[in-house]
Amino acid sequence: MNAALEQIKQEIISGAEEVKSSKEAYEFRKKFLDGKTGKIGLLMREMKNIPPEQRADYGKGVNELKEWAMGIISELDIKMKSKELLERYEAEKIDISLPAEKSEQGNLHPITLIRNQLIDIFAGMGFEIFDGPEIETDYYNFTALNTPQDHPARDMQDTFYLSPEFLLRTQTSAGQIHVMENKKPPIKILSPGKVFRSDDDATHSPMFTQMEGLVVDKGITLCDLQGMLDVFVKKIYGENTKTRLRPSYFPFTEPSVEVDCSCFECGGKGCKLCKGTGWIEILGAGVVNDKVLENCGVDPNEYSGFAFGIGIERTAMLKYGINNIKLLFESDLRVLKQLND
Amino acid sequence: MITPLSWLKEYVDIDVTPQELQDKLFSCGFEVEELYEVGKDISKVVVGKVLTCEAIPETHLHVCQVDCGEHGQFQICCGADNVVAGGKFPVALVGATVYATAKDHKTVEGVMTIGKGKLRGYESHGMLCSGVELGVNENMYPGADYNGLLVLPEDAVVGADVKPMLGLDDWIFDIAITANRPDCQSIFGIAREVAAVLEKELRMPDLSYTETDAQIDDFTVTVDCPDLCPRYSAHYVTDVTIGESPLWMKRRLALVGIDAISNVVDITNYILKELGQPMHAFDLTTLEGNAIHVRRAANGEKIVTLDEQELTLNDSNMVICDGVKPVALAGVMGGLNSEIRETTSAVLFESAKFARDNIRRTSRALGKRSDSSARYEKGVDEYATVMALKRALHLIEELGCGKVGRTHADVNTGNSVEPREVKVSIERVNKCLGIVVPNEEIMKIMQNLALNPSIDGDTLTLSVPAYREDIVTYQDVAEEVIRMYGYEHVVPAFMPSAQVTIGGLNLQQKSELKLKNALCSIGAYEGIHYSFFSPTDLDLLRFPEDAPERKAIRIMNPISEELSLMRTTLAASMINAVARNQKKGNLEGRIFEIGNVFLPYELPLTRYPDEKARLCVGIFGEKESFYTMKGIAEKIAETLQVSFTYEAMQNTFLHPYQTARVLCEGKEVGYFGKLAYDIADDQDLRTPVYLMELDLKVLSAWYGKKPVFNPLPKFPEEQRDLALVVSKETTCGEIEAVMKDACKYITKISLFDIYEGEQVAADKKSMAFTVVFTPKEEAFTAESVDAFVKKILKQLDKNCGAQLRS
Repeated sequence: MNAALEQIKQEIISGAEEVKSSKEAYEFRKKFLDGKTGKIGLLMREMKNIPPEQRADYGKGVNELKEWAMGIISELDIKMKSKELLERYEAEKIDISLPAEKSEQGNLHPITLIRNQLIDIFAGMGFEIFDGPEIETDYYNFTALNTPQDHPARDMQDTFYLSPEFLLRTQTSAGQIHVMENKKPPIKILSPGKVFRSDDDATHSPMFTQMEGLVVDKGITLCDLQGMLDVFVKKIYGENTKTRLRPSYFPFTEPSVEVDCSCFECGGKGCKLCKGTGWIEILGAGVVNDKVLENCGVDPNEYSGFAFGIGIERTAMLKYGINNIKLLFESDLRVLKQLND
Repeated sequence: MITPLSWLKEYVDIDVTPQELQDKLFSCGFEVEELYEVGKDISKVVVGKVLTCEAIPETHLHVCQVDCGEHGQFQICCGADNVVAGGKFPVALVGATVYATAKDHKTVEGVMTIGKGKLRGYESHGMLCSGVELGVNENMYPGADYNGLLVLPEDAVVGADVKPMLGLDDWIFDIAITANRPDCQSIFGIAREVAAVLEKELRMPDLSYTETDAQIDDFTVTVDCPDLCPRYSAHYVTDVTIGESPLWMKRRLALVGIDAISNVVDITNYILKELGQPMHAFDLTTLEGNAIHVRRAANGEKIVTLDEQELTLNDSNMVICDGVKPVALAGVMGGLNSEIRETTSAVLFESAKFARDNIRRTSRALGKRSDSSARYEKGVDEYATVMALKRALHLIEELGCGKVGRTHADVNTGNSVEPREVKVSIERVNKCLGIVVPNEEIMKIMQNLALNPSIDGDTLTLSVPAYREDIVTYQDVAEEVIRMYGYEHVVPAFMPSAQVTIGGLNLQQKSELKLKNALCSIGAYEGIHYSFFSPTDLDLLRFPEDAPERKAIRIMNPISEELSLMRTTLAASMINAVARNQKKGNLEGRIFEIGNVFLPYELPLTRYPDEKARLCVGIFGEKESFYTMKGIAEKIAETLQVSFTYEAMQNTFLHPYQTARVLCEGKEVGYFGKLAYDIADDQDLRTPVYLMELDLKVLSAWYGKKPVFNPLPKFPEEQRDLALVVSKETTCGEIEAVMKDACKYITKISLFDIYEGEQVAADKKSMAFTVVFTPKEEAFTAESVDAFVKKILKQLDKNCGAQLRS
């Protein structure tokens, strides 16, 4: 065996131990295996100086050395790289219990959430959405709704007046009249919006949100109201929710009903939320009074309808367990951030 | 309506429990808001007989042996001065509950439970009770107000529960009456409903009396204002003896919260509760001129009412006058000059119907309310007006406190108190309900409601009593049928005969929702604020006197001055919301609101104002800047598929140099900027605040803009970075505009660096842009792009004095 080959072999064996990084491994490879300058490469070039009869052996020896060196150095390279990867990971060791960095997503107001939910349910049943004005005339808010000037029902609501004729609407029912004046039946509308009453305590706010629904078509009856309410409460409060109608009074509907649904907290057994009754009052409704239809030029001999009005704040407060209505209008971020539904 | 069960039982036999009655009433439209036993706080109190009673030396106390029958015999110590051996008194046994009183022995301070005690070394097993301790007063039981033990009668059964004896086992129903049923604003009115729902007979109150020959000569009643007083009845009572009312009457009045005064006055109060008709009794001897004259008050006319207050009236008030002077403020309160006194010997009873809205307005305007005005405000019917007068005369006789005279006056506008005939189609009633109620059921219900029904084919004929003014149409009849038949009979249906309609949000509603969601996605929270604001908010925003924002619509009857104006800007509410948050320690955040502003065309309003939606965004915190707000504006533009441009502007409440007007395709849509420091200081704001307000009514012109697909460029885009040295005043916008003008192939310019400092002259800054050129007809060569750059630089030099930074 050529002593030179042997020497290089020894050099590689001892040199490999000195290699401490993948960069050194790369240099080490270059030192021996570079085609032009590497020591093994140079041995190949020596071939011409080797006597011809030894050339075969020499060549074989060099090739064997080269194969061997490639193996050693590759192994060395892999070893260094995996060592370095590990070191890099270790250097990047972090405290995973440190607080998260969030990209903040805001959310819609709970009133908007409930409103959207209701709109989704009713839009699917064919209801259009109508926005009426918040400033209304006495006529649209009261008179056309069968509540003339000296009607006792006016005492039910404390009205904010802007002038003898104009007022802040006390009910979204005012929108009914605008719709019926401008559209012939079949009518299915939902009229959500802000309404105003001079009332101010933990459960009453001078401004709140109602959603009025109105259906006018041929042959509409109280049974249709019951059927629609059943679908509605099941969708919003769950499949097992039941409804109960009980007599009430609104000037613009006759018969008028108050609608209760079985308590979604206790399922009707009686709890704090439903004050032990098993029922929760959710909305007022009724068959549209013929006088209202007549006021809007709709013939009550041909058409009939039903209407209902839902208080959105009440629904939101029940759903999210909010105890003071004021919290809904203060934009306290500590409140708003919790209501991410 | 406070209704004692015992009083109801006078008119109807009630054989169900109070709770069952509550449910029945509920199902037919009368919600019992509260139901309680009169003696709900009293338990385990029995009749005891004191066997022995020995004084404890040097005290006011006695030690007694008390026989409590089946409960046993107990030793009880007692401090009352009327305790005596052989007497029968209420005994609260150990474990009983009674009212605790203050040292005055009169003021109730809560409920206490009786335990075993020891007084001066003597054991005491229970307590002998006073009337106050049992919640009984003189009007409920004679002797109950004595400051000592309540004395029970000789024949009281030892060991028996005292509650029935004292009427404490009675029940009170507090019933909500809907506005369409003023006829139920009385115990008898409720009794009519109870009789109907329990299918029992109704007993009428006794209305009989005997007229004597006594009369007032030439007595006249005239009504000048029949619109305000459709009926006025009066009757003369003579030989009046003013005195105490019998216990049964005092007791009933006490149960509904009225103090007994004297027999004649008590009769009027009793009838107010029993029949729902306010009555008035005049001392006849004080009336001059043998006349009653009902008229509008003269402007400035004065009257002194029973409560000794002088009121100044005007012609919207109504007065009852004698031949000379006003003697009562109609429907509200009697005059001091004609009030019933101990010496009253003759009385004129008034039973009238006054227009409800007039009484309501008078009562509100003068700030004077009474049980009578409260009742009139709900509306009385002439049926009760006529009945009440008869009942009062009957009670005068029953109580033996006077003789009914012959003088009677009845001025009316011709309204009948006889039943009205109402005919409706049964088919129509059933069609309204959507179910078929059997004719027998309809008949039964109508009979129970005393509507005297008859059916002929499809026609239901009713004879509706005058007090049921609410029953006129088939819908009214349908309501009566279903509330008594039961809503559980209503079968859910789903509009089988209705036509298909297509529902959903309209474009504006969809667009607003889209905007809201886009704002949520950049970390903003939706807020909703009141539509009204305060005059001080206008000052907060430093609006000058003539600013359009100051032309706000005023609420005539606001809750408070802070909530008295309709908003003309959303900015004030937003600043207040930010301030509230900062006070609570939220020093950074993003809030937005979509709400209406109300801009009047003229004041006072004569037509609908311009009511338009605006979007307001408030952001605050050290991380926020003018440019983060500008980013929000860009987000909005992107959401609506439009592009915004910005111009420097100033307004009264924002930073003079950090405020921009927002334009959408050249049209002004709003503003944004940094809140002025003086306002921030006023509000104690600790971190910077930026506000934006956009007019959604203007922006709505672009709602629904669909994205347009641009085919991808056929040739590769070229890009060049240009670092320019310009004067410090030169704006980014100016440079961009010049570049765009100089080369039509520029599709994007983005600023990536600004430098001021040693490497440029003191009055200069360096701005570095990346400019993207997009080829159209053919591919660019290096030379063509170089030519564009050259042209751009030339124009920049010419227009902005900009030089390429070397």
